[in-house]
Amino acid sequence: MEPFEFVSPSSIDEAVKILASNGDKVRIMAGGTDMLVQMRAGRRTAPLVVDVKGIPELNNVSYDASKGLTLGAAVPCYKIYQDKSLAATYPGLIDSASLIGGIQIQGRASIGGNICNAAPSGDSIPVVIALGGVCNIAGPNGTRQLPVEEFCTAPGRNALENGELLVSVFIPAPQAKSGATYQRFIPRNEMDIAVVGVGTSVVLDASGQNFVSARIALASVGPTPIFAKAAGDSLAGKAVSEEAIQQASELAMSAATPITDMRGTIRQRTHLVGVFTRRTLNNAIDRARGG
Amino acid sequence: MADVTQVKTTINGEEVNLLCEPRQSLLEVLRDVLGMTGTKEGCNDGNCGACTVILDGRIVDSCLVLGVEAEGKNITTIEGMASPEGLHPLQQSFLENASLQCGICTPGFLLASKSLLDQEPDADEGRIRHWLAGNLCRCTGYDKIVRAVLQVSKAK
Repeated sequence: MEPFEFVSPSSIDEAVKILASNGDKVRIMAGGTDMLVQMRAGRRTAPLVVDVKGIPELNNVSYDASKGLTLGAAVPCYKIYQDKSLAATYPGLIDSASLIGGIQIQGRASIGGNICNAAPSGDSIPVVIALGGVCNIAGPNGTRQLPVEEFCTAPGRNALENGELLVSVFIPAPQAKSGATYQRFIPRNEMDIAVVGVGTSVVLDASGQNFVSARIALASVGPTPIFAKAAGDSLAGKAVSEEAIQQASELAMSAATPITDMRGTIRQRTHLVGVFTRRTLNNAIDRARGG
Repeated sequence: MADVTQVKTTINGEEVNLLCEPRQSLLEVLRDVLGMTGTKEGCNDGNCGACTVILDGRIVDSCLVLGVEAEGKNITTIEGMASPEGLHPLQQSFLENASLQCGICTPGFLLASKSLLDQEPDADEGRIRHWLAGNLCRCTGYDKIVRAVLQVSKAK
């Protein structure tokens, strides 16, 4: 790796000052599992690396049943899936946290880092979008909030302005009769990058037979993770049925804009969006009925 | 060249003071600064697990940790696995089951297996295979490794 200076601020204010005064000469590091690979390969260079793992707010996990979950941006995946109450409350989030990389990667990689890395294939991003996640951002002008679906702007690029950092992701408390799921297609069982990933969440009515609302988001089928709004909205108010799920999956397919690359073709990926939209919807419905 | 930084850490129970550059990975620090060559470099990008060490109780790929991040941390490497009394039961089991050929992946597999059984002494085959998915071996076909870990596990 090219030489760089390393600083480890212990507060948001300190981090923002460092970031604001160094402009594009600085890279933020949380778990480092993407960032250090990119630095070593020369895809990213920075004379200054800011390790944000020493900032308390970025390590904070707090859940309030009336509001929701505030997940510090540097909290590693294993802390999420080892937390039994989180696992019970947000099984869809656990789907993602427990399949990113292997155990070694999960010891370091964070959901916040996955979102900031803004890979089209980021495995945690679709389900966080589906769950209505919001980015809490701190910067020189104070704090601001941005829905997760607006945060990734291009491959490897995000909406953070000069001097800003992602502090946490807020995920609203799940409503009654709701469920969420993330699944991906990979040729292996573990340790792979999604050919297609789909995250869905559904809210059913008290009978469990009708959709109140649904949100669907896709990975690896466009330059950024895609919020397939029309697909989810098409389910609102409808009875749970194969036809409704089929129609939503077709809308999700039309929201996808995949490319052909070494992991899959446009045709295969479009087909898989349909398959995995149906599968994740059915799984989310099962979870909603069970909980 | 960036300035070297002083790092105070604990490796295999011993306090270590070292100097490294921020750009050096923990893997490079272990091998090149401290001469602890038991930790192996495989892919150097977090895919193969050959450089696995235990950092504050969790396995990590030491190629994806900076040496400066070791400040104040507790690290276990393969050099800390056997005791003066003899090999760790997993090391013994790897020998008995012929779970290694070229040996490059072995330190990583041993530390990953140790961390699993330390937390879940009765891990079954499925759990072992899942836990070891971040470690690659091009020689054994994995089965002998899994059998060796299963022999030490209390799952029967």
